[in-house]
Amino acid sequence: MAESSESLLETPLASLHRELGGRMVPFAGYNMPVQYPAGILTEHLHTRAAAALFDVSHMGQAELVGEGAAAALERVTPADVQVLKSGRQKYGLLTTAEGGILDDFMVANLGDRLFLVVNASRKQVDLPYIEAALPAGVTLKPLPDRALIALQGPQAVAAIATLAPGIAELGFMGVGAFTIAGVPALVSRSGYTGEDGVEVSVPAEQAEAFARALLALPGVQPAGLGARDSLRLEAGLCLYGNDIDETTSPVEAALTWTIGKRRRMEWNFPGAERVRDELANGTKRLRVGIKPEGRQPARGHTPIHAPGGDVIGEVTSGGFGPSLNGPMAMGYVAREHAADGTALDLMVRGKAIPARVAPTPFVPHRYVR
Amino acid sequence: MSETKYTKDHEWVRLDAGVATVGITDHAQNALGDVVFVDLPEVGRVVVANEPIAVVESVKAASDVYAPIAGKIVEVNAALADNPGTINSAPTTDGWFFKIETSDPGALDGLMDEATYAAYVDDLA
Repeated sequence: MAESSESLLETPLASLHRELGGRMVPFAGYNMPVQYPAGILTEHLHTRAAAALFDVSHMGQAELVGEGAAAALERVTPADVQVLKSGRQKYGLLTTAEGGILDDFMVANLGDRLFLVVNASRKQVDLPYIEAALPAGVTLKPLPDRALIALQGPQAVAAIATLAPGIAELGFMGVGAFTIAGVPALVSRSGYTGEDGVEVSVPAEQAEAFARALLALPGVQPAGLGARDSLRLEAGLCLYGNDIDETTSPVEAALTWTIGKRRRMEWNFPGAERVRDELANGTKRLRVGIKPEGRQPARGHTPIHAPGGDVIGEVTSGGFGPSLNGPMAMGYVAREHAADGTALDLMVRGKAIPARVAPTPFVPHRYVR
Repeated sequence: MSETKYTKDHEWVRLDAGVATVGITDHAQNALGDVVFVDLPEVGRVVVANEPIAVVESVKAASDVYAPIAGKIVEVNAALADNPGTINSAPTTDGWFFKIETSDPGALDGLMDEATYAAYVDDLA
């Protein structure tokens, strides 16, 4: 990526990141902290042990307002949005007419409207795509003046609940409006680390004061994009652009669970023809977890071979799991090599690293029940 | 002990009795972050200057380590396999990578001295 620093956008927390010693790197058009002085390993382990604050304000936030908003959103996703109760959130995919994945996203039912969070790298694609599908009376309202801050880890909810006790009552994927340290906040009990925690949408102009209030809570430390990536990979969660994209289908990506039961009878979402065929007849390739033997990581784009044989796939995300204390990866392999335990060779710099298809998550999820 | 010299690829080199000990600088380990794995060359391998011969993997990325001079690999730091974090905690002492035997007493002449390297790093910032 040859993005010049002048053209990079900043989040409302940019000056706080610098004050905290964040090492800033270009990511999805934004200047973002990849780590703080503690380092990725420490930030990762701290998230699993206590609580970490992540700035994810680069992500796209929007509201969908109007009678029939849920049905309207279903024109661009195979998720069952209409079944989503008020105060609840779910994960879904935007699909293309060809059955590829345009993006993955979160949608929350706030009662009088839907609240959407999409990827930073895709918001310029997603929002026009959604907008183009809307009937009269349903309006998409981008929320560029809001920040998004994640507090993740086993102590995250206890910590933030000292400022707003009701947050502790939210179930996993529950959503509610709270006033936290004087800041009006939309809180969802969710995240991208495999840990319990929350993601909080706040007005941009109050984001820094809000973040400082969270950082002042016992056990809370800042963590950057580096730890966010190793945490999500240990949790077996996909990164758009690496593990899923417009060429991968929901079935190939092993994200069939995001397709609502009703939607599988109606088949009225973009790409339904391909998804229906793949569910009936299987796919040529599947996304799987991969556990390399030894300690050497295999990064994205590493070719995957059958042991001593032909290329059968490619790693899409790979690295070292600090909590796993070993290397881990995910990638696509030919379907006949996709069963858990299947032996693979990962070709790293011309040498084969033995590996096996492994169930994900690599580190068990610890979401609240 | 001889003078320590430095390369533009952020390696340090010390030549003693025809054997050059090579590691990465404090600046390099800091930029890489926490090292989790190191891939070292085979002992006995003949290398040319500027050839990538080792790989250091941090949590976030893999980076090549180059042979600063031509010669033969006579020893590698096997202790790094179990304790790659030594590269972060002691980059210029216990965190050395490999030793290259050279017959050229002037092998390090083209490399930077400490003050020149410090100025080079300052210029990068």
